[in-house]
Amino acid sequence: MSAFRVEVRVMPRATLLDPQGQAVEHALHALGFGDVARVRMGKHLVLDVSAGSRDEALARARAMCDRLLANPVTEDYDVVVDGETHR
Amino acid sequence: MKRVAVIVFPGSNCDAETLAAARAAGSEAYFVWHRETDLRQADVVILPGGFSYGDYLRSGAIARFSSVMAAVTAHAKAGGAVLGICNGFQILCEAGLLPGGLMRNARLRFLSRPAWVRVEQIDTPCTCLYERGEVLEIPIAHGDGRYVVDPRTAAELEASDRVVWRYVRDNPNGSTNDIAGITNAGRNVVGIMPHPERRTAAVVGGGGDDGARVFHSMEARHATQHVVDVRAVDDRHLRV
Repeated sequence: MSAFRVEVRVMPRATLLDPQGQAVEHALHALGFGDVARVRMGKHLVLDVSAGSRDEALARARAMCDRLLANPVTEDYDVVVDGETHR
Repeated sequence: MKRVAVIVFPGSNCDAETLAAARAAGSEAYFVWHRETDLRQADVVILPGGFSYGDYLRSGAIARFSSVMAAVTAHAKAGGAVLGICNGFQILCEAGLLPGGLMRNARLRFLSRPAWVRVEQIDTPCTCLYERGEVLEIPIAHGDGRYVVDPRTAAELEASDRVVWRYVRDNPNGSTNDIAGITNAGRNVVGIMPHPERRTAAVVGGGGDDGARVFHSMEARHATQHVVDVRAVDDRHLRV
């Protein structure tokens, strides 16, 4: 068993309104960052997962996302295990 | 007299008013702490408003795994009446007892003000004493009140008359189809974003009485009313 650093990125589903992202975008525009568009805002979780392999850590993290960390109705997620992204 | 269990989660803050509203309607209402596993022969379960677990992660996401929720789910699956108000509605969605989810209000502001809803369906445990089409003034108090559901499920909710209350005059939070409250396919689980317990004369003196019949409806409904719990699917009749 070894500890894998798992990072989970949860984003509001692309088709849904993201008022927080919009507010940040407006604030950036107001500050002169007119080159910014389509700001979206989500959550970033960092966990240590004990597992026998990287694949097992990934499977466990996905199970955590499906069960708790993301809401399948409103959010999408991706998982990074020790630096490798898995959608 | 109906036995009404008001579930208390860490962070619930409308539990006392909800209990008082149910008692004022004649029910035998009592609190059930979220760590309990027994609903003590409840006829009706109410998940009250508030901010369970500080709304951490998502509103209702952590509360839905409380010990008591297994009993609430079993009660719902057996056809028992369940009402989720505000945070309670969010918890029911997270638990999968109601479809969809509640996201941040479209215009970001936390809203604490009166709202107007039209009663769309009266064959639910919470609306049987209302008239269809009645417009009620009931306060809202939420940051995550925008009801979101995929287009197919939204169409299904409309086609099967499961939108129980709809915002009128304005849509305060950007909810899909102006939805303020819905019911499940069995019509025994109901969620509402506004706070009917805050519009009962017995609880708050002024401001009207538009919410009181939610609690009177639950008290009036016959305990063994299974008519609405049997749904015709194709040529079969299913208990749902």
